[in-house]
Amino acid sequence: MIEVKNLKKSFKDGEREIEVLKGIDFTAKNGEFVAIMGRSGAGKSTLLYQMSLLDEPTSGEIFIDEKNMMSLSVDEKTYFRLSKLGYVFQDYALLPELTALENVALPLLMQGASEKKAYEKATEHLILVGLENRLNNLSSQLSGGEQQRVSIARAIAHEPKILFADEPTANLDNESSRAIMDIFKKLHAEGQTIIMVTHELEYSKFAERIVHLDDGKIVSIEKSK
Amino acid sequence: MFSTLNIRIGFFLAKRQIKRTSIWTTTLIIFVMFFTFINLVVISGILVGLIQGAVDAVHVKYTGDVFISNLSNEKYIENSSQVIDIVKSLPEVDSYSARYVEPGVLEANYKTRTNDKEKRNTAATSIMGIDPIAENNLTNFSKYVIEGQYLSPGDYDQILIGAFLDKKYMDVDYPGFTPLENVQPGTKVRISVGGSTREVTIKGIIKAKVDQLDMGAFMVDTQLRSMIGRNDNNVDEIAIKLKPGTNPTLIRDILKQNGVGDVAKVQTFDEAMPKMIKDMIKTFGLLGNILSSIGLVVASITVFIVIFINAITRRKFIGILKGIGINQYAIEISYIFQSSFYAFCGSAIGLVFLYGFLQPFVTAHPINFVFADGILVAPLGETLFRVSLLVITTIIAGFIPARLVVRKNTLDSILGRN
Repeated sequence: MIEVKNLKKSFKDGEREIEVLKGIDFTAKNGEFVAIMGRSGAGKSTLLYQMSLLDEPTSGEIFIDEKNMMSLSVDEKTYFRLSKLGYVFQDYALLPELTALENVALPLLMQGASEKKAYEKATEHLILVGLENRLNNLSSQLSGGEQQRVSIARAIAHEPKILFADEPTANLDNESSRAIMDIFKKLHAEGQTIIMVTHELEYSKFAERIVHLDDGKIVSIEKSK
Repeated sequence: MFSTLNIRIGFFLAKRQIKRTSIWTTTLIIFVMFFTFINLVVISGILVGLIQGAVDAVHVKYTGDVFISNLSNEKYIENSSQVIDIVKSLPEVDSYSARYVEPGVLEANYKTRTNDKEKRNTAATSIMGIDPIAENNLTNFSKYVIEGQYLSPGDYDQILIGAFLDKKYMDVDYPGFTPLENVQPGTKVRISVGGSTREVTIKGIIKAKVDQLDMGAFMVDTQLRSMIGRNDNNVDEIAIKLKPGTNPTLIRDILKQNGVGDVAKVQTFDEAMPKMIKDMIKTFGLLGNILSSIGLVVASITVFIVIFINAITRRKFIGILKGIGINQYAIEISYIFQSSFYAFCGSAIGLVFLYGFLQPFVTAHPINFVFADGILVAPLGETLFRVSLLVITTIIAGFIPARLVVRKNTLDSILGRN
């Protein structure tokens, strides 16, 4: 379970302080699929960065499985991300010098898995996202949709507690977007907790709940139809 | 920081980054490291080699391996014949040359000078009496004749002069030393030594890049002996060449034990080396070290810039690595591996180039400096020490920029924010 309490985030713009998140309170249960929606600049991605421990909030608290994340050091947060969180970036964020297989295996290796085990597990997850024929391709040799699928495989290979996705279909055509959402749907059906930022209503419907943000505040939370 | 896991991941990342980066980028960086290595080793090696060339020249062309000379309070080596007998009896001796040395004056224009006011064309020098065959066996003396011919044992009124005694080879002013003008092989000169004067012909001019030889004049030993009236056959110096592998110190000690030390100064070539050259070796060594240190600083700045640019351009990916949970130390170690790789490759190519080509080439074709034939001095031990310095400096220079970039906020790195 992830719980966010009175989360605020501000940025300095010269002398001016811009408050992007203005006290967010939010909870997602284990196994839940939540979509965060809002217009551009509403603070969706900023909220996701704070919850996924990629950024430091200005104030407020984040609990994951009742553990206060604010008390963790930088190194502890890195380790927590490695072991408990998965992240799907909007622009895929694959490492260009690694093959699809190596990109997926890297977090597993960092967890201490042997090369053989890491590659086995990475292969298994790449097959899961339909890339069994692209294992040894560099990211530059993959299409956008394929790169995003590698990114998903990398995010789930170490079986994270929560999978964060930041507009995972934003750069993809309809067909690829649909394929990505099908993977998410399947993962959710298997019990994966997913928190996804999207601005596309069509894909937000895959979630159980939709959180609407505007001007740094939650304006509504609705159950998906 | 240096846990097995971090090292393993660092190696994993570095290996793939090097393997899949542009071959031209890798080649360029290794090329820079190669030249840095050359700068570190060769510049100082040539500087030291310049002096070493002079040292070797004195050793090979003048003193031999062991040098016997008169005691400071004696005019010559007493009982020279007995000393020579002892030298000849040693099986380790390959060859030797006994020399007479007397100060003298050469005069070139004594025939053409029309009045006493006209400047005399003279040169004060050391006249050396040598056995032409023994000397040639010891020092290959005939090889240094650049004009005319070498002496023959029967030459009565023939001399060789060092190139610096001929003005056309002495193009700089040497305080207290005046060369002869308009002389060449065949020119008659008047030689005054030990109170005798004789008209002789210049048979040849020698240039050995050893001051004692290039500023001296040479005639057959029997002729000089007769001019200075040295009827007891006592010589002024004996140069000894030993068979290969013989320790000169051992022979010096044997000679001393046999009483030679009582009548003469017995020195190895190292000991006989003029103090000025010993001081120059130290000075040039120091200069070489200073230049190497500058080279090392340049190398570290180069690597710093290369790795910094690499890390800055890869900042987003460093952010992603941290974002997916890769330990920052593992990322830093990957840059250490990369900079080590460049340093090792550059140094390895440098070592092969140095010992496989450059040093043998310079040894075979010494650099023609005015006062010495410059060689390249690069002892393996010292070179490896410099390689270690280069590698350590490179690792530090690679680690610092990597750390600077890795320590930035993860999200700022991913999003490219400052």
